[in-house]
Parts: sequence; structure tokens; C-alpha cells
Amino acid sequence: MTEAKANATAAAVRGTSDLAVHMEGVNKWYGAYHALKEVNLEVNRGERIVICGPSGSGKSTLIRCINQLEVIQQGRIVVDGHDLTAGGKNVDLVRQETGMVFQSFNLFPHMTVLENCTLAPMKVRGISKAEAEATARRFLERVRIPEQAEKYPAQLSGGQQQRVAIARALCMNPKIMLFDEPTSALDPEMVKEVLDTMIDLAKEGMTMLCVTHEMGFARQVADRVIFMDRGEILEMGPPDTFFENPKNERLKNFLGQIA
Amino acid sequence: MLIRPFGINEFWIIVMAAQWTIALSAIAFAGGGIGGLLIALARVSDAKWPRLLATGFIRIFQGTPLLMQLFLVFFGMNILGFAINPWIAAAVALTLHASAFLGEIWRGCIEAIPPGQREAATALGLRYFNRMRYIILPQASRIAIAPTVGFLVQLIKGTSLAAIIGFTELTRQGQIINNATFSPFMVFGTVAAVYFILCWPLSLLARRMEVKFSRSTTR
Repeated sequence: MTEAKANATAAAVRGTSDLAVHMEGVNKWYGAYHALKEVNLEVNRGERIVICGPSGSGKSTLIRCINQLEVIQQGRIVVDGHDLTAGGKNVDLVRQETGMVFQSFNLFPHMTVLENCTLAPMKVRGISKAEAEATARRFLERVRIPEQAEKYPAQLSGGQQQRVAIARALCMNPKIMLFDEPTSALDPEMVKEVLDTMIDLAKEGMTMLCVTHEMGFARQVADRVIFMDRGEILEMGPPDTFFENPKNERLKNFLGQIA
Repeated sequence: MLIRPFGINEFWIIVMAAQWTIALSAIAFAGGGIGGLLIALARVSDAKWPRLLATGFIRIFQGTPLLMQLFLVFFGMNILGFAINPWIAAAVALTLHASAFLGEIWRGCIEAIPPGQREAATALGLRYFNRMRYIILPQASRIAIAPTVGFLVQLIKGTSLAAIIGFTELTRQGQIINNATFSPFMVFGTVAAVYFILCWPLSLLARRMEVKFSRSTTR
């Protein structure tokens, strides 16, 4: 806790705009329920963070605050130099620069894969249809499903849908990618294809925050792993120390349960 | 007054009066479409006041008879200093009525769209107008078609009440012919048959679309 505070002050000195994400004293309540308690977190550009914890620990809420799908009641969040607490235009800017992938894919069912990928670039960035489609096809190629471009989401498997969702987010050319349990709704045999896509993305240097229970993925790509429980960050560190030498009792418990 | 028999002429006069029923229905439906969309959007708004106002509007129109709504607009216009005009009064009252009911139907359709759709659109940077225009309303409208056509049938039948404020549509024309022929069974049988011919195809259409939709969603 004190270490995090020290980090926060250091950031204030060198300026929050050098960071991808800066969270300071963040508190959130759902009615009387305290969902996030005094959260402090700094994510450097290009850093890969994995957040884990039992269900209801606040990990999804945490990353949903970064693009303000959830509004915080206390504290400060600065994303890529844009202070969300200032509201207004900054919220739009942050949403344009962060891509998000959801547990339940959330593709638009009434649009083809290609239309899913081109809508936001055309309507938000004002890019021409031809250019948006070219970009979309490039990213669909990268997630290895270029041949599905004209299909509707319902015609695809879960793994394919999630890869489309990743491509859709990438089409906005985001600086930060947020993943909210991207493999939890998938059949086991489809988990790997989605994780492989995420690993590729990590290798290219994308700043990533992933809420996931895939500890293999965490070991392989994370620069830091965060453990949350009951709305608090209880432990944070590089995967080696996090998994081999956990200090917090609840984390030891948690690791014991999922191993 | 001379009593004349119910002949082919009288029959055609009644059938032709259906045009005014259709015209009034069309105006109320078009006006109610615009009003209903605004009411529905206000009803699902994040802001408190639009939501409360829209809810109040819907409650008032759902909780009072259409006939009273017609009377209030008809006589209310007179009190406000407008000349008594059954056409305008009927059009205004039915438009308000349709706005309330369509607003409530469409609110339900908008709320039936999973919240993840709005979240995904928001996360992509789409703002309110584009979210509604490209994501929420296209999906909601597919669910809305069947109940909307169903309401249109109610609205067509509802226009018959405008006869009471002196608007000469199908029902009123029937009353006029009946006063001249004293053949109520023939006259109102004809009137009812015309309503049926207008409404039945729409009911069939609504049912077919409902079946089609439930099939496409259970896939």
C-alpha cells in the first residue's frame, strides 16, 4: 500500500501522461457495496498486466473503469494522458484509444463480420468505407479468419466470434487493449486459438490489461500479475515471484484452488 | 324525412367513407411513430426528467379511455380559442394516444436488447446517436414489427370513436346512412365488414412476423 502511494507520488512528479494508465485512490460503490477500495495502479506503455482473483473481487469492475463503462465515485484515473475525472471530451478520447474484448463477445448480430469491424472506424474516426474495409480485412487476416468476413456472427463458432471481437477492437487502432475474461465463455477446445491471438498481440508490444483465469497465459506473457479480492489489490508482481513466492494468504489460497 | 331503401348506392357511400378511416389512421400512425420514438427514447434515457415525463405521459394515456382523450382535445381546443374542427381534434388526440402506446411498446423492445450491445458500442467510441442509429434501434425494430402492426389494428378500430365528435369516417357515415334507411343490420353489417377487411390482413401479417421472429431467435 505504501509502496503504491510512493509510486503514485513519483508519477505525479514525472507526469501521468508518460503512463498508459494511472489510477489513484480509486473507490467505487454499487449502492452500499464497496466494489473498489482505494485502488492505485500504474501501467507503463507496452506493459502486459494480468489481473486475477475470485469472482466478485472487482477485477472486471477495475478494467471497466478504464474506459468508463463504470463510473467511479472517488479518485482519479488518467488514461494515456487524458484525465477521465475531467469528463466530457476526455471520455470520448479514451474510448477511442482503448479497445475492449468482452467475455460474451458482444458482436453486433445484425451486421456481418466486416460491418462489425468497419462501423466504428467509419462513424467515429471518419475513415472512408474502402479504407475501413481494407484495414478490417488486414486485421481479420491477422486473427486468422479472413474467409469469414461476409458471414454473420451467429454463423461462427465461439472462438471465431471472439477473434472477430479482437479484430473489431484493433480496427480502431487502439493504444491499450482491455480483455475482460475473454476465454471464460468458450468451449475448452477454442480457448487456445483466442489465447494465441492475444499472445501475438502481446509480442507486437500492445499495452494490455487482461482479466483472466488462464494462469499459463499469465506466466507466458504478463510483465506483472495482480491479485484482487473484495475490491482491493492485494498483491502485484512479476509472474515468477507472484506464482512461486506469493506473500498474501488469500493469494496462496487462491493459487492452491486453481492449480 | 323520407325513408329510402338500403341499395347499392348506400353500400358504396359507406365503403368510400373508409378512405377517411384510412387517412385518419395513417396520420395518427405517422404522428404516433415520431412521438412514440421520442417517448421510447426518453423512457430509456439515463437522465431522470425525460424518463419521468415520458412515464407520466404513458400512464395518463394508458389509464384513460380513448373517447375521453378525444373529448378533452376536442373541447380543450375550443377553450384555448381554436375553432372546433373534428379533423384536427381527432388527428391530434389519436396521435397522442398512438405516441403513448407505441412509446411503451418500443421501450420494451429497446430494453430487450442485451446491455452488452450498448457496452460494446460505447467501448468502440460510438456516441449516443450512432449507438442508437446503428446498434440498438436496428435490433429493437426487428422485435418491434409484430406488436407494432398489432397496435395499428387497434388504432384503426379506435378511429371509430372519432364519429362521436362528428368526424365523418366509416362509423359516422354508417350512422348517417342508417338514419336515412333504418336498416341498421345491413348498414352496420357493412361497416363491420369494411373494418374487418382493413384489419384482418394486418392481423395475419402480425402473426406471420411473430412466428418468423420467434423462429429466427430460437435458431
